[in-house]
Order: sequence, then structure tokens, then C-alpha cells
Amino acid sequence: MANVTLPELGEGIKSAVVSFWHVDKENRVGEGDDIVEMATDKATFNVPSPVAGTIREIMFQEGDTVQVGDTLAVIEE
Amino acid sequence: MTEAARQKELFNIIDAGMIEYSKAYGLQRELVWKRKLGLIRDTIILAEHKPVFTIGRRGSKSNLLVREGWLKDRGLELVRTDRGGDITFHGPGQLVLYPVIDLAGFEKDLHLYIRNLEGVIIGFLLSYGVSSMRISGATGVWIESDTKIGSIGIGVTRWVTYHGLSVNVNTPLEYYDMINSCGLESCKMTSLSSVLENYVNILEAKERLIQSFFEIFKRYGTTISSMDKKEAHLL
Repeated sequence: MANVTLPELGEGIKSAVVSFWHVDKENRVGEGDDIVEMATDKATFNVPSPVAGTIREIMFQEGDTVQVGDTLAVIEE
Repeated sequence: MTEAARQKELFNIIDAGMIEYSKAYGLQRELVWKRKLGLIRDTIILAEHKPVFTIGRRGSKSNLLVREGWLKDRGLELVRTDRGGDITFHGPGQLVLYPVIDLAGFEKDLHLYIRNLEGVIIGFLLSYGVSSMRISGATGVWIESDTKIGSIGIGVTRWVTYHGLSVNVNTPLEYYDMINSCGLESCKMTSLSSVLENYVNILEAKERLIQSFFEIFKRYGTTISSMDKKEAHLL
């Protein structure tokens, strides 16, 4: 299992809001595929999948605020 | 990478001219994909758009002060788009710069990138002798504390950027009466020609904007490569 976490986005950015999921639970994804779009005040940021596999858990819903380092999704390789 | 080595790597520049917002967006997505795969160098697209209102991820129609039908009757488009930020306007006389660059070659920092784009606008305006400023907590470039001249909204995927900045050069400002710019009721918009009380040569303005971009990003431009000529031709 691989955790997809919200990476460091820059100095002073502690959190971001989930804009939307590019994928659903149980979807297959390739390494590097965008899986979720996050938004800060003036930027959107797509978080890629670190591995190829199947999305097993989606931890946050659209509109939720996520802290840097939090797990967004869990992927089974 | 040393600074000298970095400066040898040149940007591609695409002057897309007057182009529909949706076409420019399609071009950006294509270039982002190519940049991610390493097929092209960092590329900047320079454009003007026909009148269009766009709403970013943080925006809502509540900051549109006229009805959508009213816009449609006048041939004005309203587009929801995947950049950060709220509602804004693009139109003739406004220069838009869409850098498609891999921030891994700079710094992986969204705020730093946004501050640098502000710096591009500030340097551009200064080349006309016009002073402008950043305001903490209110992204964009301001002539006075309530008067904005340049806007920023970006998108990033795998640290490759799209969307970018806009700066009003000869923009007809009456369009801004139709929105709360950037979602702020107190925000007035101005243009370089209003500040200078003189029409500004747009071709020269394009060159100055590119030059300011280079100064900020510490790189130097080049002529359009053969690949970009083909892309530009397909627009």
C-alpha cells in the first residue's frame, strides 16, 4: 500500500482545499497520473500518483481542507 | 545547475496574438503534457483574448454583477477554468502571459512563483516609469491600495505551470464594471494607458513584458523554434 500525501507546496503554505478528484475509489492509476486537484488562494495544484495501482481509500472530500503531509488517498500497488 | 548553465538554456516564446481563451487553454494543456515528457523546453505564450470573463477555482457567479443572459446577448463569454483565484476579465489591449515552465528547474514553491510573476508585471510597468506594488494577502499588482493593474492565477501539474498573469495595457475598463474584480468589492481596475494618459504601442509592450520576464527568471529568450512555428501555425 502507498499513501498519497499533500506535498510541500511552498513557504507559508500549510494547507489546500480539495477542488476535485480525477479518480474514484477502485480506479486503476498509472505512476505520475494526476489523481486530485488541490487549490490554494491563487493556485491549483494536481497531486500525482507515486505508484501504479488501484485506489483503495479516498480520505478527503471535495471542499475539504487538507494539511501539508496529510494522507489524501491510499493506493494498492 | 550553475547560473551560467541555466542562462544557456533558452525559453521558447509563442506569440499567439489575438486568440480565443479556450484555444489558448488547449495550447497550454498540450504544452504542459509535452513539457512533462521533456519534449519541449520551458515555453511562454503571449496572447490577447477577445472579451471573456473567467472564474477560477475560488470563484463564484456571485461576483458577476450582470446576468449571464445579458452577457450572452452581447457575445460575451463566461468560462469556468481550473486556475486558482476568483473572477476576472480578459480582452483586447490586455496582455496575457502563460508560462509553461517546469518549476523543478527553479524552486518548487507556488508562492515564490506567484511573487515572481508579480515581479514581472512590476518590472514591465517600471520600464514605462510607472511605480506599482505588491500588497500582502492580495495577490496581483497594484498602482494604489485599491487600484489594481495586473492579475495572477496559476495552475500546476507535476510542477509544470500553466495559466499565469495578465496586465492591462490599453484594456477598455468598462468591462470591469460587470464584476467584483478578484472577488473584492473594493477593487478598482486600471490600465497602463489610463495611468500614462496615452495609448501604448502593444507590440512594444509585448517586448517589454518578455524582457521583464527574462530579467526576473534570469534567462534569455530566443526566436521561435521550428517546433513552435508549427504549433503556432496550427492555432
